[in-house]
Amino acid sequence: MSTAPDALSAAAAVTQPDSSGHFGPYGGRFVPEALMAALDELEQAYAEARSDAAFGAELAGLHHTYTGRPSPLTDATRLSEHAGGARILLKREDLNHTGSHKINNVLGQALLTRRMGKPRVIAETGAGQHGVATATAAALLGLECCVYMGEEDTVRQALNVARMRLLGAEVVPVCTGSRTLKDAINEAMRDWVSTVDTTHYLLGTVAGPHPFPVMVRDFHAIIGQETRGQVMELTGRLPDAIAACVGGGSNAIGIFHEFIGDESVGLYGFEAAGDGVSSGRHAATLVAGSPGVLHGARSYLLQDADGQTAVTHSISAGLDYPGVGPEHAWLKDSGRAVYAGVTDAEAMEAFRLLCRTEGIIPAIESAHAVYGAMQLGRRLGPDAVIVVNLSGRGDKDVDTAARWFAVLGDLDAPADVTAGPPGEQM
Amino acid sequence: MIAAAFARARAEDRAALIGYLPAGFPSATGCVRALRAMVEAGVDIVEIGLPYSDPLMDGPTIQAAVDQALAAGTGTREVLATVGEVARCGVPVLVMTYWNPVERYGVERFAIELAGVGGAGVITPDLTPEEGGPWLAACSHAGLDPVLLVAPSSTDARLARITAVCRGFVYAASTMGVTGARATVSAVAPGLVARVREVSDLPVAVGLGVSSGGQAAEVASYADGVISGSAFVRVLLEAPDGDSGVQAVADLAAELAAGVRRADPRA
Repeated sequence: MSTAPDALSAAAAVTQPDSSGHFGPYGGRFVPEALMAALDELEQAYAEARSDAAFGAELAGLHHTYTGRPSPLTDATRLSEHAGGARILLKREDLNHTGSHKINNVLGQALLTRRMGKPRVIAETGAGQHGVATATAAALLGLECCVYMGEEDTVRQALNVARMRLLGAEVVPVCTGSRTLKDAINEAMRDWVSTVDTTHYLLGTVAGPHPFPVMVRDFHAIIGQETRGQVMELTGRLPDAIAACVGGGSNAIGIFHEFIGDESVGLYGFEAAGDGVSSGRHAATLVAGSPGVLHGARSYLLQDADGQTAVTHSISAGLDYPGVGPEHAWLKDSGRAVYAGVTDAEAMEAFRLLCRTEGIIPAIESAHAVYGAMQLGRRLGPDAVIVVNLSGRGDKDVDTAARWFAVLGDLDAPADVTAGPPGEQM
Repeated sequence: MIAAAFARARAEDRAALIGYLPAGFPSATGCVRALRAMVEAGVDIVEIGLPYSDPLMDGPTIQAAVDQALAAGTGTREVLATVGEVARCGVPVLVMTYWNPVERYGVERFAIELAGVGGAGVITPDLTPEEGGPWLAACSHAGLDPVLLVAPSSTDARLARITAVCRGFVYAASTMGVTGARATVSAVAPGLVARVREVSDLPVAVGLGVSSGGQAAEVASYADGVISGSAFVRVLLEAPDGDSGVQAVADLAAELAAGVRRADPRA
């Protein structure tokens, strides 16, 4: 729980990257030269927008009247009984329009796209949440939209493919490599290299080349800012711990950032441990990876001895990614945040518990954080206050969960979820 | 060694021809055979790709070849071995590699071992001067030529910065896009080459999209070097067997070599 003061001050001193986008040794720009001009343009446009009150006001207006912000903080009293009595509070990003935190960043970047005069956005998506949010914002602002999605994910998350197409976006299944999120990012980058004059790459997480990690973080920082006021109002004090799931790391950074300077607030990120880190079938990048370069930045990475990117596994498509944002790598090394793995089975246990105790069906991604918070609660005891960033809702995961728990009888379970607890009935 | 190859071509009033294949494609030995056939048919400089799981700058043709090479177990050591075998032909051999495998192998170790097997230089398509400090130092120490890319979108200031750290030649991406054969070579390439010449005396080689003798002749009319990659990969992917693949590579290399000899580079 306690964080060494020198580690804290080191991390607090580097909540902003250096001028070329480095958090300590992480971040930077490792991209084809063809993209450097576009990244410079984006950096400049973002800096100007940040200091433009009209831009901020338009974004705040959309948050209020379109997204439905502020998202509530729910006192999860029945869940808390299963967490050693610690008080669990849920930051309800699942209630945002489009069903997850992703819309915060998407609206910001979509406004920026219009400001740069570009008529087209492209995006990658894993679970489909970022793709749906991007398709939504593109429809709202009249932008052409193309979403790259790994072919495997288009099957796992078919409902979100339908949503994107209903919203007018083109969805391109990516059939290269592992056919998941990392390959969707590769394909989006290839598109961007060829179309950069007319197209903005609306990257969905705090990874990628500078300025994406800091810009996406800033657009999500509203999560933590709201949380501070809401927790203070509800409990009269700061929380002891904040729990969030980490794939690329956008929802986690969004809620962490506000509290990095608050020594008493523990920051906990939960990665997808899949079948268990020791099984090799997982996506726990910070827990089990090593520093390397992927998708334009240096960070932790799951890779083999030759630096080839590892094939990952998670029941949750949104966490099934071998990289992670560079600021998380820095928070890990500095000790300011702590990262642990949660297996598929553990996440599904928390998923069921949240359904049954609070009447909330979470995204399986977010269920990883719920499980982590329950473990933290048992450790910290009944006086502790723990905020979970409930980053998304579970509509998209109903099919996966129904198969996992066999609630509809003898559905043919796909291979990647048959590892679930046989006979365990929801 | 790379500078000498360009000087030889220039002495013959022509552009140099640079041919690419990924190591381990279509097989470890097949790659070496094909590259030797290229050299015999007139390729001046060989570029060997280090197969990588996430090749951002490559189109579907090279991706398919790289997937095949990776599936066959082609790792960094195998790439170095391939370089060693091809370097014995007496032409300069460069490695084309994305950055992470170099960092993973060890920046200095990679440079020293590559130089040790006879490698002449390295092309790094996702490394910019901003992040390239340790690599440039390692190349200098090992006696390798670091080749960075310039693009049509590069500002004049960036062209100056990039060419200042390049050695051997400057790799000019002919178009905004990924590797792969195109019906026409980009119209923006001559302007980019001219802008590079404003800031650098290094030879300028143009890549992306050169697949025929006619295109090679066209590029050779304004550039010091012509780079062809996907076209070689494609003839190997389409070949029914190893021998016909090697023959197809030799035929294509001969066509491209005739192309660079048709144009007058100083026209």
